[in-house]
Amino acid sequence: MNSSVAASSRYSPVAIILHWLLAVMIVASFCVGLYMTDLAMSPQRLKLFNWHKWAGIVILALSAVRLLWRLSHRAPLLPVSMPGWQVAASNAVHALLYVLFFAVPLSGWAYSNAAGFPIVLFALIPLPDLLEKNRELADTIKALHHWLAYGLAICVVLHIIAALKHQWIDKDGLISRMWPMSSR
Amino acid sequence: MFRRFFLLVALAFAALSPPVGAQQKLVVAQSELSFVSKQMGVPVEGKFRKFEAELNFEPKKPEISKIAFTVDLASIDIGNTETEKELGKSGWFDSLKIPQAKFTSTAIKSLGGAKFEVTGKLAIKGNTRDVTAPITLTQAGGVTTARGEFTVKRLEFKIGDGDWNDTSLVANEVVVKLKLTMTGMSAL
Ligand code: HEM
Ligand code: HEM
Repeated sequence: MNSSVAASSRYSPVAIILHWLLAVMIVASFCVGLYMTDLAMSPQRLKLFNWHKWAGIVILALSAVRLLWRLSHRAPLLPVSMPGWQVAASNAVHALLYVLFFAVPLSGWAYSNAAGFPIVLFALIPLPDLLEKNRELADTIKALHHWLAYGLAICVVLHIIAALKHQWIDKDGLISRMWPMSSR
Repeated sequence: MFRRFFLLVALAFAALSPPVGAQQKLVVAQSELSFVSKQMGVPVEGKFRKFEAELNFEPKKPEISKIAFTVDLASIDIGNTETEKELGKSGWFDSLKIPQAKFTSTAIKSLGGAKFEVTGKLAIKGNTRDVTAPITLTQAGGVTTARGEFTVKRLEFKIGDGDWNDTSLVANEVVVKLKLTMTGMSAL
């Protein structure tokens, strides 16, 4: 933990790298998820399903690293000028995002297993099954994965709207705390 | 008149002359016909729910034994309705057109003890190939259980040809596993 004012007004480089890497991976996984489920059965669909699963597992692993990092490194304090409800909303959405970083991939993993497909990461590393094959449960968990993913998407949209509001309406430079290259 | 009589006698003989172990029966509810196929490294297990067998197996005389097997391809169960529907289509099993797979033994050999080697013709989707399966029998309380495992190459039967013939996506080798429970077989 760094006590200098300049350093603590920004997220650490590790947090920034993980934020943007995961932002890209999660948005891409969401889009691939939507696209692939609309395809008719084809080799392309099989490939996308597996890439989606592999990306999701990598997201899960990186999210665990990110959570550990977050718990051991304090986030920079928010500007004192920020209204209390906004601080609360920001904290709530960030917490919810962290929960969903785990819930979404884990539900996808569980769904795959229930549908009879073990996960073999990159076609090389077999991962343990979270559940046994079970047709009815598979349908339920599929819906769960769907809704959790949509929940995540809604939180991300709120999050981005809030970030843009800080940038363009409040003009408080909050985005620079998470921006890879600092201007201040 | 005489010819008719002769025919009747011949028919009666044909009906009576017992094929080995005439009342051998497959207990379908306690039998399993499953398989494992690999998709992008992922082992996907499935099974067939409906199958029948004609068994004339004499453990002491394997050379005159015969078995025949019929599998309802539409009874496939891989735990996922979407994929099952796909598998019925012409690229895969084409089970609407040719609903059954058939196996007919051509030679049964003893490998010593309770082990046998069954060779025969497997016909799926209009393609017939020779397959050989090692089988091990166990007997308890009048019930005989045969277990065995063999590999078929799906493309030899045109299962998943065309779009799906890329074996780096779906492996060519499919492992078939048998567990057959039978009654009426004589002792080993
Ligand atoms: C953060 C990571 C993930 C995101 C954002 C995500 C998102 C999505 C989305 C949006 C869909 C489409 C849902 C629908 O329209 O019904 C989907 C489907 C799916 N996801 Fe994920 N997913 C993630 C991780 C995973 C993981 C780790 C797995 C498995 C290991 C997985 C397996 C699946 C499967 C099998 C489907 C297809 C469900 C179906 O057949 O409708 N996902 N995912
Ligand atoms: C245009 C896109 C994005 C922008 C401009 C943006 C901006 C930001 C900013 C400025 C922060 C720091 C907030 C603060 O100082 O308190 C932040 C934090 C965060 N962002 Fe984003 N973000 C974007 C996309 C995403 C996406 C797609 C995700 C998730 C999939 C995400 C997840 C998070 C999380 C979880 C935090 C909290 C980090 C922590 O406190 O550990 N962001 N983001």
